[in-house]
Amino acid sequence: MSNLNTATVEKYRNNFLREVEANVEEGHWVKMCMQCGVCSGSCPLGPHWDHPPQKIFMMIRAGKRDEVLGSSSMWMCTSCYNCIARCPRELPITHIMHGLAHYAKRLGLAPKNQPTKKFAQIFWDSLSKKGRVNELKLGLSLYFMNGFAEGVKTSLKMQKVGMGMLKTKRMDPLEIVGGHGCKDKKGLQAILKKAREIEDAKAAKFQQA
Amino acid sequence: MADKKLGAYICKGCGIGDRLDAGQLAMIAKKEGKVGFAKQHDFLCNSDGVKMIQADIDAGEVNHLVVAACSRRAKSDAFNFENVAISRANLREGVIWVRPDTDDAEETTQEMAEDYIRMACAEVKYMNLPAPSEEQGLVRHVLVVGGGVTGLNAALEIAKAGYLATIVEKNGALGGAAAQFHKRIPNRAPFADPQDSGIADLIEQVESNNKITVHLNATVTKTSGAPGRFSADISQESGSTVTDNFGSIIQASGFKPYDATKLPEFSYGKSPDIVDQLGLEALAKQANGGAIKRPSDGKEVKSVVFVQCAGQRSDKEGHLSYCSGHCCLTSTKQAMYFKDANPDVDAMVLYTELRMPGAGGEDFYRSGQNKGVTFTKGIASEVVPNGGSLTVKFKDLILDEEVNYDADLVVLATGMVPNSGVNIEAVPAENEDKKDDAEAKAEVVATVPVESILNLDYRQGADLPQLVNGFTDSHFICFPYETRRTGIYAAGPVRRPMDMTQATEDATGAALKAIQALENAALGRAAHPRSGDLSFPSFRKEGCTQCKRCTVECPFGAINEDEQRYPLFNEARCRRCGTCMGACPVRVISFENYSVETVGQAIKAVEVPEEDEEKPRILVLACENDAYPALDMAGMNRMEYSAFVRIAPVRCLGSVNTIWVTDALNNGFDGIILMGCKKGDDYQCHFVKGSELAHTRMSKIDDTLKQLQLETERVQTYEIAITDIQRVPQIINDMAETIEKIGMSPLKF
Ligand code: SF4
Ligand code: SF4
Ligand code: SF4
Repeated sequence: MSNLNTATVEKYRNNFLREVEANVEEGHWVKMCMQCGVCSGSCPLGPHWDHPPQKIFMMIRAGKRDEVLGSSSMWMCTSCYNCIARCPRELPITHIMHGLAHYAKRLGLAPKNQPTKKFAQIFWDSLSKKGRVNELKLGLSLYFMNGFAEGVKTSLKMQKVGMGMLKTKRMDPLEIVGGHGCKDKKGLQAILKKAREIEDAKAAKFQQA
Repeated sequence: MADKKLGAYICKGCGIGDRLDAGQLAMIAKKEGKVGFAKQHDFLCNSDGVKMIQADIDAGEVNHLVVAACSRRAKSDAFNFENVAISRANLREGVIWVRPDTDDAEETTQEMAEDYIRMACAEVKYMNLPAPSEEQGLVRHVLVVGGGVTGLNAALEIAKAGYLATIVEKNGALGGAAAQFHKRIPNRAPFADPQDSGIADLIEQVESNNKITVHLNATVTKTSGAPGRFSADISQESGSTVTDNFGSIIQASGFKPYDATKLPEFSYGKSPDIVDQLGLEALAKQANGGAIKRPSDGKEVKSVVFVQCAGQRSDKEGHLSYCSGHCCLTSTKQAMYFKDANPDVDAMVLYTELRMPGAGGEDFYRSGQNKGVTFTKGIASEVVPNGGSLTVKFKDLILDEEVNYDADLVVLATGMVPNSGVNIEAVPAENEDKKDDAEAKAEVVATVPVESILNLDYRQGADLPQLVNGFTDSHFICFPYETRRTGIYAAGPVRRPMDMTQATEDATGAALKAIQALENAALGRAAHPRSGDLSFPSFRKEGCTQCKRCTVECPFGAINEDEQRYPLFNEARCRRCGTCMGACPVRVISFENYSVETVGQAIKAVEVPEEDEEKPRILVLACENDAYPALDMAGMNRMEYSAFVRIAPVRCLGSVNTIWVTDALNNGFDGIILMGCKKGDDYQCHFVKGSELAHTRMSKIDDTLKQLQLETERVQTYEIAITDIQRVPQIINDMAETIEKIGMSPLKF
């Protein structure tokens, strides 16, 4: 799957930009950025990232493949849509951010211990199994995301909240065994498989070109 | 005109009658102003009032009129009588609208009005009716110097309007720089692709037009005369010369590309693969839509870098300080040449600020991005040829890092240098090291290797005066094509940097101005801003000391010298600013309707109260183009100012003769304020130099003040914009306060 990674990128040549255009959701917009910086100035997370959107787009154009795909920036996006609302060039910035994150993850280049990334994976695993997210399991795995000891600590901390949720029937303890799912689980799996095939074919096509 | 018959008309409308004692004003006009009669009317500008005045004129009762009503800038249609001299006393904007309607203020307000009546009567008494000199006739022929886009379009416009045009082109073919273009920046929606330059069609139209004569390989070797009677020698390279007469001239001499060898850091000339924008056009023309090859080895270009602002917008020695305005668009266009032929070519535009002027500029930029041109914000520091390729060293300003980038071809976006001929105002640099003369001279020649474009036989120099950076002077805000030589219009990049679209517009504008100029000249009328004015300066030879001040200070080079070295006025070159009149130390220059007398006597007519009455008098000499309208507007906004002020409008601050100031001081005025337009490189003065000259003259008035043992604060000069509506009353009130502080003038009689 990650043989795309063999792509060599020359600085400031257009190859990484072309790769992004072909593989990243809304990636064809990147070239239209006029570097005004409005998005970076609008992003509430801006000051806390390595590379705000404007910079990410310039890095793509400068062919900085590893830095971009290995950046934690896209994972920090909260989907507040401030940037989209303000971009004078009407770039769907939020979507590009998520597209980049997704692409990086697919190639295995995303930063290893990025918490949002981990959460997304847990969420996906839970969802893709039965077509429903198992909130109890999701919550618990989140607690234990960074190891057993920390998991216990967090669980104890959250005990009161958990009990409250149980009492008010916001949480079903039986979910821990099996849990509910959608009707046609097989059908769901088939859909997901097909989707994966389409995506892979697309990537392969870009590789050949 | 035989007898001067003076009459005054006093309007009582618009509240004038309620606030002022009109009967008293009429009496003053008769007794002191010595007018034959003074009529009052309830509503002078209505048809009845106007009819009354016209009837008096027709009956021969009056030919010099005082209209005491509103400002001279108001109701000018109603009070527009032919063949009579008119002076207006501004009782509305200048008196009742700037004074409070209180019992306390009544007396001083009435005094203000009375003085304006006295001033208007005095002025009109010294006015005469102007008549054209009939120095020139109607010559429906325009000389167009330069056969590029601007010149071609100008000639076509002139021909289409039914006039004759003659193009003088120094090269062997028409088309100028545009003929070298592969394609042009689009001037039509959707502004997405480079567009055919259309130059061949333009040339074809010009060549087939029987109203247009074309001289190729030719230059103008002599230009003399004035609008309506220009004569030009057109000399062929071969040596033959024809002389023809022209009504007006358009100078469309264009630009030359900046010499890129002055940029050693970019190695221009060291590798044939480093070109300027015109060089790239040549390569694109050669490729004709196919892949562009690099000159060194004919290899197809796979990567190209455009270095924007090469030697431009830079204050480094030898660089151009300005932006040439078209280069960002041009580089985008040229990058598209590559992308359109082969999308796989890497085309990068290195810019610090992109500037995409014009209606379609931003669309064109977007189209470039869409085609995959990379725009990188960065500063190029060096281009280094290394074996087969070129290394561009630049700093990426977004990513904040130094980059070495290899490219096959580098295009330098260098600027436009105007072809404006000789800088007639250049002062040869003083040779500080005191090298021997020959060497010094050689240096001057080396730095000014310029041939004249027009070879004017004007006393003031062979070419159009320049403003900054070698571009011809033109009134940027109000009269862009107008130069400082009446009847000679600058259009295209000789005036300011511009692209084809703008040059085409410029050509149209200049063509219309040129036609207007030759028609006006035939009628003896002034060009703007005193368009239609028939008066022109004349001088009393007996008094003239041949000091040459008028010939030097005239901003428009209107005055030559005759064989006896007396000034020789050229009516049609004159813009009627009166700067010569203000300059003349012996006061022998005057216009029929505007002279040292008309204003001087008006000032003298003001009644100056005794010192112990505690009523100071402040004189304001206000430029009628900006300061006077600002004062009027202060009135319209009912802003109050001191009742001790008396305002006299002048054509231009340049026309202010220092005698007015000294006389006013001697007559007991306590303060004098001069209000002119902005001066300097970004001047707003309608006569370009008038305000500046006035400021210079007034800087010397301190000596006079000291001689008279007066405080220097008593005379102040200001630059006023037409929008300074709040500021003008403030300036007046400040002067009133100053006088309160320093006391009344001791020179009252
Ligand atoms: S949507 Fe994402 S990238 Fe855009 S402003 Fe919000 S957090 Fe920043
Ligand atoms: S706001 Fe839009 S155009 Fe501006 S830098 Fe951000 S993405 Fe680019
Ligand atoms: S100074 Fe003004 S008024 Fe005098 S000749 Fe020149 S243009 Fe005419």
